[in-house]
Amino acid sequence: MGKTLFEKVWDAHVVTQDPGAPAVLYIDAHLIHEVTSPQAFGMLRERGLKAHRPERTFATMDHAIPTRSLDMALWPSDAATQVRTLRENCEDFGITLWDIEGDVQGIVHVVGPEMGVTQPGMTIVCGDSHTSTHGAFGALAFGIGTSEVAHVLATQCLLQHKPKTFAINVEGELGFGVTAKDVILAIIAKNGAAGGTGYVFEYRGSAIRKMSMANRMTICNMSIEGGARAGMIAPDETTFEYIKGRPYAPKGEEWDRAVAYWRTLVSDAGAAFDRELTLDGSKLEPMVTYGTNPGQGVPVTGCIPMPDELDDAAQRRSLFSALEYMGLKPGQPMEGQPVDIVFIGSCTNGRIEDLREAAKLVQGKRVADSVQALVVPGSKAVKAQAEKEGLDRIFSEAGFEWRGAGCSMCLAMNEDKAGAGKYVASTSNRNFQGRQGPGARSLLMSPIMAAAAAVNGRVVDVRDMLN
Amino acid sequence: MEPIQKLTARAVPLRAENVDTDQIIPARFLTAVTKEGMGDGLFYSWRYTREGEPKPDFMLNDPAYAGAEILIAGRNFGSGSSREHAVWALTDYGFRCVITPGFADIFYNNSLKNGLLLAPLPEDAVNMLLDLVEEDPTTVIEVDLERQTVTLPDGQEHHFEIDPFRKMCLLQGVDDLGYLQSKAEAVAVHEARSPY
Repeated sequence: MGKTLFEKVWDAHVVTQDPGAPAVLYIDAHLIHEVTSPQAFGMLRERGLKAHRPERTFATMDHAIPTRSLDMALWPSDAATQVRTLRENCEDFGITLWDIEGDVQGIVHVVGPEMGVTQPGMTIVCGDSHTSTHGAFGALAFGIGTSEVAHVLATQCLLQHKPKTFAINVEGELGFGVTAKDVILAIIAKNGAAGGTGYVFEYRGSAIRKMSMANRMTICNMSIEGGARAGMIAPDETTFEYIKGRPYAPKGEEWDRAVAYWRTLVSDAGAAFDRELTLDGSKLEPMVTYGTNPGQGVPVTGCIPMPDELDDAAQRRSLFSALEYMGLKPGQPMEGQPVDIVFIGSCTNGRIEDLREAAKLVQGKRVADSVQALVVPGSKAVKAQAEKEGLDRIFSEAGFEWRGAGCSMCLAMNEDKAGAGKYVASTSNRNFQGRQGPGARSLLMSPIMAAAAAVNGRVVDVRDMLN
Repeated sequence: MEPIQKLTARAVPLRAENVDTDQIIPARFLTAVTKEGMGDGLFYSWRYTREGEPKPDFMLNDPAYAGAEILIAGRNFGSGSSREHAVWALTDYGFRCVITPGFADIFYNNSLKNGLLLAPLPEDAVNMLLDLVEEDPTTVIEVDLERQTVTLPDGQEHHFEIDPFRKMCLLQGVDDLGYLQSKAEAVAVHEARSPY
């Protein structure tokens, strides 16, 4: 019997495994940021430990930093403390830091791939659940807690139980106006927010194969929203093309050797998955979430479910508590729902391709008077590229705020917070209660859907605006 | 990490599904660079009004449940963000065990690394426990890690699963780091043969 992509990468990284114990898994690349790393360095200091392979860890600043100004004198003191602490820790432990004062900084899951650190067949971890993003390259990438950050720093290894495998096949051609974001929101709506618990997803099928790396990253990014710690896509020419020539990519003969190995990283024809799910891509529509977990989403032409359409009491309870928080009603159509704020950015949809698509839609139009809209590039490189292409002007002229790189309003731990009761059309990944600010109400959607909501001041079917 | 063998304690019922780590501790409490005092932010938006007043209808604010060390909640507990701060908030507040029908993967791992015992039970059993402690907050529940059981005052017993390695770590109060360090030789062998 053949092996799945996941099993190939897993097997290549098991250092050793005692009977009855989890595997000791080697970690090739470790990404850190200012929020979940300080206590890990504290643990190393307490025990008098050094970083085992400091050259395998890369740091940047994204979660807590403001996106309006790089002048730390203007920042809240706790954000400045976290940034200074990360600088000290990187200096003391010999770790590469992509600082806010350099040209590379950005959201950790945007920057890692940009720099060519993310490569097929690697194991990649970070103290951030959206590390699943890097699985788009055929890496096994997952989020870890701060204790585990300390384990990786000290030993370059983690103790891990082998997860099960789950094939998600998306076949056929996506319809006009249907994006990678809609595909992953549809998968989670179908399989549930906990449906992937204990599994690693492998996204397969003709719709996935046709996608750009940016789109594949959007899909893998939200694997965790479906309960799976990791999601993977087999590497192919699209992947190699993206990596080639990036700063940390292999060069010369090493490149040829690497690509020859990467070509073997596909699930074998006879490989068996523990579970499988198939979606017809041609039937998907633009999606919008209505609730407080990412599985509570419907096609934009659809309505919020009625309680009797749900399977059991727990789901009905979940629906009622979500709708009470969201100020919405069962059976209500999503189209026409007013929005107060539009946020375009995040590790899900803050890449140059996302910004180009959104800019195309808003060009020559105005953000509705009632709406505050902001665009937050995923990295300094994305920002520079967008400015080179004039996207910043398109957004600014339309009435969007154009910000610096960071996580911004995705998680409300910096200055960008939505007010209580406000509806946010957001390209981010989580619609949890208070995620974008205490009392804020998130409606997750694609960048073009969010751009359309900004212009109209309400949720619309973006396909009506595309010609 | 403190060893945990058996816990005999009262419990707080939290009748909610998909309790994500943003609810357990909102992101604005993650700006600390140490672990201390995280319990102050536990379930902050559910515990307090926007003016900072305790919400009387939230279970943790009910004096009848003060001092309870077990939390009982709905399915998919601890979903979302990988923040270990969620576990630090629960333990700092005084919880030593959480019982639900299921936990999210990252939260599960983080909990056991901090000596927070997680007991997954079938949904029917959890619902019964919720009814019981809602009806009588003085109900004392016994969680026995060695025997992997949750026992009710009437002697009714429910079995929960935990893998033997993690069980051993919790019983002895040891963490993974020492174990990983003992594998240094095997790590060196791997590093010599790895393509990366």
